[in-house]
Amino acid sequence: MLVLVYLALIVALIPLFSILGQVVLNGTSSININFLTQPTPTVGETGGGVANALQGTLITVGLASLMGVPLGLLSGIFLSEYSEARISSVIRFFNDVLSGFPSIVVGIFSYALIVTVIGFSVTAAAFSLAIIMLPIVTRTTEEALKLVPATLREAAIALGIPRWKTTLYVALSGAKKGIATGTLLAVARIAGESAPVLVTMGYWRWWFAGLNQPAANLALNIYVFAISPFENWIALAWGSALVLVISIVGINAVVRMLTREKYR
Amino acid sequence: MKNLRKPAFSNNLTSKIRKIFRRRLTGDDAFKLLTMSFASSIFILLGLMIYELVRGSALSIQKFGINFLTGTKWDPAISQVFGAFPLILGTLVTSAIALFIGVPISLGIGLALSEYAPRRFGIVISFLVELLAAIPSVIYGLWGIFILIPFLRNNVYLGLQGILGFVPLFPGPIYGGGVLTSGIILAIMIIPTVSAISRDVFSAVPNAQREAVISLGATKWETAKTVMSYARAGVISAIILGLGRAIGETMAVTMVIGNKFQVLPGSLFDGWYTMAAIIANEFTEATYDLYVNSLVEVGLVLFFIALLNNVLARLVVWRALRLVRGIARE
Repeated sequence: MLVLVYLALIVALIPLFSILGQVVLNGTSSININFLTQPTPTVGETGGGVANALQGTLITVGLASLMGVPLGLLSGIFLSEYSEARISSVIRFFNDVLSGFPSIVVGIFSYALIVTVIGFSVTAAAFSLAIIMLPIVTRTTEEALKLVPATLREAAIALGIPRWKTTLYVALSGAKKGIATGTLLAVARIAGESAPVLVTMGYWRWWFAGLNQPAANLALNIYVFAISPFENWIALAWGSALVLVISIVGINAVVRMLTREKYR
Repeated sequence: MKNLRKPAFSNNLTSKIRKIFRRRLTGDDAFKLLTMSFASSIFILLGLMIYELVRGSALSIQKFGINFLTGTKWDPAISQVFGAFPLILGTLVTSAIALFIGVPISLGIGLALSEYAPRRFGIVISFLVELLAAIPSVIYGLWGIFILIPFLRNNVYLGLQGILGFVPLFPGPIYGGGVLTSGIILAIMIIPTVSAISRDVFSAVPNAQREAVISLGATKWETAKTVMSYARAGVISAIILGLGRAIGETMAVTMVIGNKFQVLPGSLFDGWYTMAAIIANEFTEATYDLYVNSLVEVGLVLFFIALLNNVLARLVVWRALRLVRGIARE
């Protein structure tokens, strides 16, 4: 039986190593200076790169974080500091429910709410990505705050500091590492999202042209390029995948190192 | 806090109101109000989500009514009739295949991490399995198209058909992509979810349970079986959450399933469609309002399935964890 249990482990790790290995293997050959500085080539054109997609992804993810992080932060503070309020457990429950929602449904929601008004745009995509990161930020903020020892808070309150200042200056500064890592994980998650981007922004070949216009997106590019019949585009897809994998695995590894003491 | 400040005799209404107006809004009240209103925005968000999805699919709801769920025709080009039944079926069947393959593996990993593996080794494995969850769906799709499909077509499916060709599941041409391939990719994608939760519920099983069966002479495997049956409810919710992940999975499935609209595929090697896949594949090509509305309605159906699924899973998880911890405390 021991054999079967470890067999399960091996079976699960084969795809992981295959994906990572193949992405590195096929991706490295397409990464060069052009790849990082040139925009998407037109069909049939050789060379080119994904610079516009890097720019678009950074802007979209940045805007999404501007919306999602403060909202998630304040929600997390409420859930942890006022967990005795009856509404807290209801909010926590729906937060969990939201975190399990398919990202494409969130994308469709953003389409119905925003795209039907202002058209396919960075704003609509960022809004959907913000909703996707919201439950992650909320949850990690709450958990990080709960790890701050109660004695620290009590000490502050004993000095006559009001509760809200205690939360902001004592609890938050004690939890900032946990909150930062949670936020990083959320950013990594939305940087790789392509389904909501597809229905809110669509594929865009050009540079960023304003928040009410679409922008290129690395993850979505992988989809468009991978199902295209052009060798050049497929090579770009592997290169983009390598960039994404390096960022995401990197963020995960850093987070894991920072929070090592937290795990058994 | 509130109760402390309130004098005991202020139970008549006018004095209460006077009290409220006289009391200054303190920093604490303001801060609580601020964070609470931000945290409560999730209700607005979910309400708005339902409202917008219904509004966005109004045309197709009006035109097809309940037939949208039972209809088997999806014809945007000529008759402009939309029925989502095959999509719902495709979603459920591919997800079921994913569970069939993925759950035993995930339970094995959960057991390995909670019962068998040494601590240090377990940390590494947990990290690797979490990494599997962190890889974007679209990269699974890319890998599926260029690595998994050729591998399965050349090394697995032909042999499978050779041995099991007489079973009605395995006849017909082999393209490489299709129902079974989607099921396999989904299985890989649900492993992190199901194994992480089952590891947690297995670890929450009190040691007294293990010691009791070991003292009766149980082997390691019999102990593990006891742990699993003790954590039954948690395992069920892990499976439901895994199902949720599989149902909503979009890009990877779109890229390997073949995107073929039909009520039933000819075999497990044939192409099919899922709800999420049809949205991803046809949304940007939908040229008229009824078409877009129908796709939004597919999203609405997916929303309700996901909602139901998640609520169910969370309820089971909450109950199970409370039960296990409650017993552990006794």
